[in-house]
Amino acid sequence: MAQEEVDKILSQEYKLGFSVDIEADTVAPGLNEGVLRFISAKKEEPEWMLDLRIKALRKWEEMSEPHWAQLDYTPVDYQSVSYFSAPKQAPNSLDEVDEKILEAYEKLGIPLEEQKMLQGIAIDAVFDSVSVKTTYSKTLMDLGIIFCSISEAMREHPELVKKYMFSVVPMTDNYFATLNSAVFTDGTFVYVPKGVRCPMELSTYFRINAKNTGQFERTLIIADEGSYVSYNEGCSAPQRDENQLHAAVVELIANKNAEIKYSTIQNWYPGDEKGKGGIYNFVTKRGLCEGENSKISWTQVETGSSITWKYPSCVLKGDNSVGEFYSVAVTSKAQQADTGTKMIHIGKNTRSTIVSKGISAMHGQNTYRGLVKVSPNASGARNHSQCDSLLIGPNCGAHTFPYLESQNSFGQIEHEATTSKISDEQLFYLRQRNISEEDAVSMIVHGFCKEVFTQLPMEFAVEAKELLNLTLEGSVG
Amino acid sequence: MMNIKNMHAKIGDKEILKGLDLELQKGKIHVIMGTNGAGKSTLSKAIVGHYDVEVTQGEIIYKGKNLLEMEPEERALEGVFLSFQNPVEIPGVNNAYFLRNALNAKEKHHGQKETNAAEFLKLMRKHIEQLGMKPDMISRALNDGFSGGEKKRNEILQMEILQPEVIILDEIDSGLDIDALKSVSEGINRMKNGERTFLVITHYSRILDYIHPDYVHILQDGKIVKTGGPELVKILEAEGYQAVQKDL
Repeated sequence: MAQEEVDKILSQEYKLGFSVDIEADTVAPGLNEGVLRFISAKKEEPEWMLDLRIKALRKWEEMSEPHWAQLDYTPVDYQSVSYFSAPKQAPNSLDEVDEKILEAYEKLGIPLEEQKMLQGIAIDAVFDSVSVKTTYSKTLMDLGIIFCSISEAMREHPELVKKYMFSVVPMTDNYFATLNSAVFTDGTFVYVPKGVRCPMELSTYFRINAKNTGQFERTLIIADEGSYVSYNEGCSAPQRDENQLHAAVVELIANKNAEIKYSTIQNWYPGDEKGKGGIYNFVTKRGLCEGENSKISWTQVETGSSITWKYPSCVLKGDNSVGEFYSVAVTSKAQQADTGTKMIHIGKNTRSTIVSKGISAMHGQNTYRGLVKVSPNASGARNHSQCDSLLIGPNCGAHTFPYLESQNSFGQIEHEATTSKISDEQLFYLRQRNISEEDAVSMIVHGFCKEVFTQLPMEFAVEAKELLNLTLEGSVG
Repeated sequence: MMNIKNMHAKIGDKEILKGLDLELQKGKIHVIMGTNGAGKSTLSKAIVGHYDVEVTQGEIIYKGKNLLEMEPEERALEGVFLSFQNPVEIPGVNNAYFLRNALNAKEKHHGQKETNAAEFLKLMRKHIEQLGMKPDMISRALNDGFSGGEKKRNEILQMEILQPEVIILDEIDSGLDIDALKSVSEGINRMKNGERTFLVITHYSRILDYIHPDYVHILQDGKIVKTGGPELVKILEAEGYQAVQKDL
């Protein structure tokens, strides 16, 4: 009886499913060298970049899509996807950004106009294939911090891009990363110079608007010696019947004593309860703790997408470096997620922490997949992993695949895993104590996710909680 | 205070309550005794609207309304409290956070000012001490890893903080050692104020040495078969349920 109510609430409409009607330059579907030339020309890229793109495409053509993940989906026809779409008017300043785009961001709660900008948060807004606006760039520039679109970085800071791009995620790392290397359109570039502590949260908001278009962004963040930066990423897409492809690459580099904190709130359109529509999210995210005492921390709240394939990882190369992965992944309706992390311990006394919370409801399928690897030289390496699954209702699933590889007998790896259900008894108990069914579910789920939410920057923790409430409001019975 | 009329209820396909009548008097302590399977827990679940129980006939008149038409949380907000026989564990939900939400929900419902976090902690500490509970009860997750005795004391703690009007205690005495039984009973006695009504469901007369009932009802096969004063407990103790049945 109560289960029906729960399902009703769970199948609530996606709130960000609108699209705006703007004039766009969209390249015809299909993937070939001509498309790469078109993208490269549109972005006024240097010649070397085009050469790299073509190289990646050749490699990609020899590769095949991986199917080891616990995911079941209709195959992607890569030739029917359009690889570039941009609003027709290329904006040079905010005054030139199409009003409809500004309105679209307003609707998403992300005002880009200077007087309305979010206090203390600098934003790069990526609309389909291009960055439409980066706020606070000038303020940051005074500190020597570069925060701009990756297209701009290729033109303005080619030496940094050449040095670091593909250094953490090699061009041919995997099928989706290789595809991205060929066709990537925009994304964010951040460079924080030696000893600088970035005074505000840096944030990118990715929005897919155009129909039948993939989004392939690349993000590159470099924290030089002794610097600190906290970066946040948010995403959403219109509600459409067909599946849309999103294949991003994120590379982080933390030099000696530097720290990067990377938070994601992923809210792509999840598709409907029958599995129709929604974003295919195939993402490669990896951070390199290059220098000693460096630290990279990933926090992700994954509530959207119909398919999620994503393993934000840390390569702990510097001695005493630290990697962290905190994740909440929610699969409701017919969503499937195969997500987790890789912690590669190379340096001595490296430490990693993994906290993964998977929530499954309705027909959602949630898989944690993680690798902890301790290399022969990584003496004193330590890892602690905790993977918890919460099931809501009888038709969902949770799966855990932890892989441990230790080549050093002085390493220490701990793994804990639990699976629990929100039971009728728990809900009833809370309702008998004055708490409404919706609040009861929310209380139990938030209790379950608490360790991860405390890792998010304040504003984003609030957003994450609200998002979770929207996705799961009132569940169970 | 609460009038249960001709109640029929089933769990699954099995009819458990078969025309039960019971009138609870304001400010009084009612005790229900009966053998296993007589329907004691079903009665308490039916009053609070538990999902397991389907009421097929009858009504419960409370504050001029039929309680059976209200959602479980509405019944709670109107002052009906059940101390659970086996309180469920809710990992990750902080005990103090939960209880303040429960209290604030009630305050909001009655248009009162909501107790803030600082005031609440003070209140909770006071009651924890009174009940002889450990101070970490504030920070632990709700019932998570609690011993049987800790769970029961936590139920009494909630009762004392939420200040309900009708209190149903479902086997509050089961599994308690003598010290826990004493502090739980003291908690119950502190709540007596001539206004509150208690419905104590128990197998044993042990707790009745500490809380003194006004009425004792014998529940057999889904009906109240006998109602009397505290003397009924003595008869039961001496001669067992069969003696009472023979009387009928």
